[in-house]
Order: sequence, then structure tokens, then C-alpha cells
Amino acid sequence: MEETIRFTLNNKETELVSDPNRILLWVLRDHFGLTGTKYGCGIGFCGACTVLIDNEAVRSCTIAVSDVAGKSVITTEGLAEDGRLHPVQQAFADHDALQCGYCTPGMILTAVALLNNNLSPTRQQIIEGLEDNLCRCGAHTRIIDAVEDASKVMTGGK
Amino acid sequence: MKRSQETANTTSRESSSGMKRRSFFKILGGGIFIFFQPWNALDLLASPAQQGRSLTKDYNAFLHIAEDGTVTCFTGKIEMGQGIITSLAQMMADELNVPLEKVKMIMGDTDLCPYDMGTWGSLSTRAFGPNMRAAAAEARAVLTGMAAERLGVPENQLEVKEGVIADTKDPKKSVTYAELAKGKKLEKYLDVKPSVEDYTKFTYVGTPMKHSDSHDKVTGKAKYAGDIKLPGMLFARILRPPSHGAKLKSADVTPAEKIEGVKVVRDGDFIAVVSENRDLADLAVVQINAEYSFNEMNVNDKTLYDYIKKGEYRVNIARTAGDIAAGRLKCDKVFEHEYHDPYLAHAPMETHTALARFEGEKLTVWASTQSPFGLQDAIVRELGLKRENVRIITPFVGGGFGGKSAYQQGVEAARLARMTGKPVMVAWTRDEEFFYDNFHSAAVVKVNSGIDKNGKITMWDYHVYLAGTRGAEVIYDVPDMKVTSYSEDSAKYPVHPFDTGPWRAPNNNTNTFARETQIDIMASAAGMDPLEFRLKNLKDEKMIACLKSVADKFGYVPGKTPSGRGIGIACGTDAGTWVAEIAEVEVNKSTGTVKVIRVACSQDMGLCVNPQGALIQMEGCITMALGYTFSEELKFEGGKITDRNFDTYQIPRFSWVPKIECVILDRKDQAPQGGGEPAIIAVGAAVGNAIFDATGARLFRVPFTAERVLKALKG
Repeated sequence: MEETIRFTLNNKETELVSDPNRILLWVLRDHFGLTGTKYGCGIGFCGACTVLIDNEAVRSCTIAVSDVAGKSVITTEGLAEDGRLHPVQQAFADHDALQCGYCTPGMILTAVALLNNNLSPTRQQIIEGLEDNLCRCGAHTRIIDAVEDASKVMTGGK
Repeated sequence: MKRSQETANTTSRESSSGMKRRSFFKILGGGIFIFFQPWNALDLLASPAQQGRSLTKDYNAFLHIAEDGTVTCFTGKIEMGQGIITSLAQMMADELNVPLEKVKMIMGDTDLCPYDMGTWGSLSTRAFGPNMRAAAAEARAVLTGMAAERLGVPENQLEVKEGVIADTKDPKKSVTYAELAKGKKLEKYLDVKPSVEDYTKFTYVGTPMKHSDSHDKVTGKAKYAGDIKLPGMLFARILRPPSHGAKLKSADVTPAEKIEGVKVVRDGDFIAVVSENRDLADLAVVQINAEYSFNEMNVNDKTLYDYIKKGEYRVNIARTAGDIAAGRLKCDKVFEHEYHDPYLAHAPMETHTALARFEGEKLTVWASTQSPFGLQDAIVRELGLKRENVRIITPFVGGGFGGKSAYQQGVEAARLARMTGKPVMVAWTRDEEFFYDNFHSAAVVKVNSGIDKNGKITMWDYHVYLAGTRGAEVIYDVPDMKVTSYSEDSAKYPVHPFDTGPWRAPNNNTNTFARETQIDIMASAAGMDPLEFRLKNLKDEKMIACLKSVADKFGYVPGKTPSGRGIGIACGTDAGTWVAEIAEVEVNKSTGTVKVIRVACSQDMGLCVNPQGALIQMEGCITMALGYTFSEELKFEGGKITDRNFDTYQIPRFSWVPKIECVILDRKDQAPQGGGEPAIIAVGAAVGNAIFDATGARLFRVPFTAERVLKALKG
């Protein structure tokens, strides 16, 4: 049974007619073409599919599209404003905090959510906040540095 | 029918490169095209699976100077995070004297790029680089010649800077590459051989450059194979057997067929569900009731090493010097140890993915692969297509580590595209990725060695089972030595229940772990500091330099082991690069958990093209190595893989990562060497040696799980 689901996607009001049980990840990728959100494990273990739902980091491979009805969903495509990268995106690029880049959008959105909740995290808090996001290339130390740097920029401390 | 070499060459030129040139002109329009003949000395290092195809002997389209001055480099190499999209462009920009932002890379497209064996073995810079530089240098000469004619100035009076060729005596007399290319459709064919360049003159080479693809990767613009969308495309899920030894007996597909929007397609044992909706394909495939017959090998991750040791193998004496029996007599102390290394999964974050589309006879496959030309050959073979009708395009690859040198998913997508008549996406689930990976081979190494009263190694008898000889070099100065390699003889004694293949620095991790642990054991028994012991037994100047510089970086203070400090050293060579590492650990003696506090690493990789990229690769290697060191060990029962996702197969996480300090030795006068793999090889031994230094407990088996550390602590 299809339903009409209304939500905000990357700051735009969106309406979707869909089976409410469809996995959010596939809807974002296949229906909306937002392919920055990646499939990594399908069971919420790796974080590659992380998006922001009402500013919290959520793994889009584990939830149904109907769960975002009335909510705001942000993907990595929706982070930049007026063509300017989000400070976390900018910091990832500045620090070369990526290699293959496949885990990157999920890392960035997890970090954005972390900073939304705590604008000045300690290094240890950054590590704990990102612990369940997997990166196989080994960009970890640069990712931590990037998030620290983004925090400074966002607090105006730089 | 036998054909003369000449005829064969002509045919291949027409069918392969002729087609390529036509594609080129169609896609690129005007400008200057430089074709060159590849120089393939190092390509002979290619993996055995690829050797069926002869190397292209004629000119390949290689670089293009467009009418706007953009220089495009075409390479069969692919970008999977190792950063060659940046470092190769740096080389090109330097040779052609153009601004770096004017260089574009087209990678891994079999219609447009010269044939390449595949992206592995840290060969892009050391083998492909010289080709590219030579061709670019020749291209610059061609352009200078054109400028001379146009400006009426002798060539030797011209100078190239930033894509502008100017008269040194009258700088107002100048012409840009863009102007030279304008309105032209010029083809130049060059016979060039790479020569040793004067590295000191480079602008970009040797300068740290950030990844040129970062912006696209942080915004989600970067396209991977799974991100490509075509009208009418179908998503496929393929029926998979429960184990590698299983054979399909019967399959009832009716429950899957009943799902609206799903179609079941079948070709013998190959059964798939396809749907425009990925969710439906996922739902449908599990509805198929399949029965299998089993013929399992009687081995699992617990019985593995006994099973390996009972085997019959092909024996190859890889190295020998002096006389082992005579050497043994000179020993004051003899050491006999055995080292175990398990199967490992590559586990790239992007699973094997491919999208295939037929347009008439012509097949295009977008694939996440390290070997686009290998996939092309496989499709030609398995689908009976003509090579010129098969085009592989390689978008960004989401990690490979050797695992994507295999390309089964591309063949599957091609078959399904033909069976359905529509574009088909095959994106493996994580479960499939763990099942069909070509795993790092499990291995056993037995070492008998000895030292004299002065701490000189007098004998080295090394036996490596299933890990081959990469990294099995003794490296130390030992008069009586022998390296024997035992490889699988599947007719006599099949060992692997599933496919094995190259895993970042293939098998060097195994050999370096065994050698460097054995060295550490001898150093401790000799009552010597492990760095001093190594230096005393080394003649290899590069290894000595690496060890000294890493000790310096680390702030190493000599001491006999176990000192209680938790510091361990290891070194080795890989991909033409020398590497030495020192690790510092903390061991919790009640739980057996180990935390690596810091790792220092020094590397001699010849000329370092992009010091930033090389540094990132070193950090990546050291971080990834924590997996094989502490947690990665594939669980299996016969052909059944029991680790099927990241819940049980643990890869490194943020909290595991130590402080990493790297040194790249300044070797501008030497040819560039591999950088994507070397730093991973010595971490296991350095950490194991550090655990011994901290506790006096010795570990002979990776990974060093808490349980194994506790057991070793109890003696």
C-alpha cells in the first residue's frame, strides 16, 4: 500500500508517494538521486549511510521512509549553503581527511550532529562520537583533526 | 591458423587502437593528440591471472591538449583512495610545464585509456609514472617545435612556463599551448623510452599537494559505480549458495515471482531477481526456496594451522647462501619458532558493484574494480563478445586493498543485462562481499635461526607455507641462509575452501611478522638492545638509514628487552620501498587488552612525488594494520564463511588509533617507489615486540586478541 509521505529534505518541503516500509537509504539514493548517502553494511554497523534527521545522526539503512514523515532530513548534498561548504566539509577537505571517500559523507554528518550537540568537544569526545563509523582506508587521525578544526571555526575561535 | 607477427600486430592496431582513436576524436574534438608506445618492463610484475593477455604493442592514445589548453591524461589506472589522481597529475604538470589545475585525469576507461594490467603492487607511480613523464616530456618537445615554427624562433631559444612558450630573447614573442592546439586536429606518434630525469627541476613533484578529489567527495558529487543511474535500470539480487562447497540441487522461485514488480531470471544455476525497486529485489531473493548438495572441506578457523601443516606442497627454494648445516654448527644459540597468520577479508567500505548496459552489440559496464581491462577480458570470455564491443568505465572506487582485483560482479551485471535486455545494477550486499571476497591467505611460517656469542646471526632457515616470498627476504647479513616457499598443490592437497588473493602488501605482512619477531627473540636472547642487534646484523644501507631515522623520530632510548616499557621495533621492504617502525604499547595484564600509544615510521621510497599523499598512505597503512594485528581473523567452517558483516569481523576504530609520526627520507635523486602498501608490513611485529618488551610474553599468532595475550602472559 502506497502512502503520501511529507518531509523536509535538504531544507525543501518534499512529498513522496511510496510504500511506507521502503528503506530510507534506497529512497534517498534511487528516488531522489542523493547518492552521497552510501550503502556500507545494511545493518547500521558502519555509518556510511548516516543522515541527519531533525539534527540527529541516524543510519538510513535501518529505518523506513515513513519514519521521517514530518521531519527534516539532511544529506551531505544539503550541507553546503549558498555554494559554501559546511565548516565540517571544509575541514575534511582542508585536512585531507579522506582517501577513497566512501565513508566520508557518513563521517561528516555524524560529526555535524556531534557538533550540533556539543560545539566544543574534547578530542576524546570526538573519538567516542565517531567510534561506530568505520573507515577502511585509515583516515582516522585526520578525521579527528578535521572535526577539532571545524569546532574551532564554528565557535569563531579561529 | 598461424599468422605472422606483423599481420597480428596490424590487426590489433586496427581493431583496438583504431577504435580507440575514433572514440577519442569523437569525444574530444580538436586539439593535439599524443600517442605513445608503452614501456612495460615493470608491468611484468602483474598478477598471474592477468597474463593471458598480451601487452599492447602499438600506439595508445595517451594524452590530449585541448583547444582551451587543458591537458588530459588517460591512464588505465584507477583511483581508490590511494591518491594517484593527484600525484600523476603533478608529474604531468611538471613535464609539460602547465599549471596543475589545467591537468585532467581520465582513469580506468577501457575505450579511452591505454591497456593496463590493473592497479596494484604500488606500481602506478614507479611503473606507470616513468611512461607518463617520458610521453609528456616528448609532448612538450612537439609543442615547442610547433611554437618555433609559428614564432619563427629557433627551438633552443624558447622556454616553456605555465603552458606558455616564449622567446627567451623577446618574451613578447610567445604562444600558449591553447593557441597551438586551436583549430588543430593533430596526431603525433612517439616512440619514447623513459629516462632518468633531473628531479630537482620539478615544480609540483616533491611538493605536498592535497587530494584533488576532496571537494567532490565531501559534497557527495563524486560518483562511484553504485551512484550511476540509467533510465529503466533494474536492481538485481542473485541467489547465493550457503557455502563455497555447495551445489544447487533445486530452486523453487514461485514465491519470489509472486511479488509484484519483481522478475526472476535464470540461466542454469545462475538465478537472480530483478526489479526497478531495490527494496523489492531484496525482499524477493530471500523468498526463493533452494536446496543444495554439500561437499565441504573438513577445515575451519580453529583446525586451520594443523590442517596446513599436514599438507603436501609445491616446494621452491627461493633463496640460498652458504650451508645451513654448517651454519648451525657455528651457532651459540638456536631458535626454532612457528608463526601463524589467518585468512583476512578486504572489507572495503564500498562493496563490489557494477552497472551494465547493452546498446545493440555494445556493452558498457561501470564497475568498482582495480582491473578494468581484466574485467573486460573476463566478459569477452564468458559472454562471447568482441573486445571492441565491451567498454569498462571505472568511476571512483570506494577502497580496494587488492580485493577489487577480482571482478565477478561485473560479469554478473553483464550477464543479467543480456538476460533482461535492460541496464542492470549488481551491488553486492555486505554479506555477499564477505562471502565472495578473495581473502588474504592463511599461512604458517617456521623459522630456525641461530646466533653466535657476539650476537651475529649465523644461520637462517626460513620455511613459509602459503604466503609466498614477497617480504621473505632475509634482509640481514647472514652467511648461511635458505628461504623455502611451500605453495598449494591443489591436486594433491587442496588447502583453501574459498578464493584467496592479494591483500594490501600481499603476504608481506605475514613474512615481516615472522622475520621481525624471530629477530627480536634473538636480540633478547643475546642480551642486546633490539635496534643495536638489527644494526649489527645489517649491511643494507637503506634499512640502516630507515632504522636510525625512525629511532630519532621516536626518541628511542636503547634498552634490553623485556624492559617493561612496551617499545617494539620492526622493519622490512615492500614495493621497492624500505620501511622501519617503532611502536609503543600499554598492556592491561589483567584483561589482556593492548593499546598502541604511538607508532613512528620512517620510509625510503625514492623520490616522493606527493609528500602529502605519501604521508596519508603511511598513516592509512599503520591504521589498517591494527586490524590484522588485533582483531581480523576470518571465521569459517569448511566453505561456509561465518563472518558476514562488521558485527563479528572487527576492523580498526577511532579509539584504536595511536599517535602516528612519519618520516619520508629525502631521496630526490632516486626513482620513485611504491607508497600504498609498505608501511602496513611492520606493524604486527613492532606491536608484538612491544608487547614482549612490556610483559615478557611472546605472541606467535596474529591477531593478538586479549585472550591470546592473557594466555601468553600466563606462559
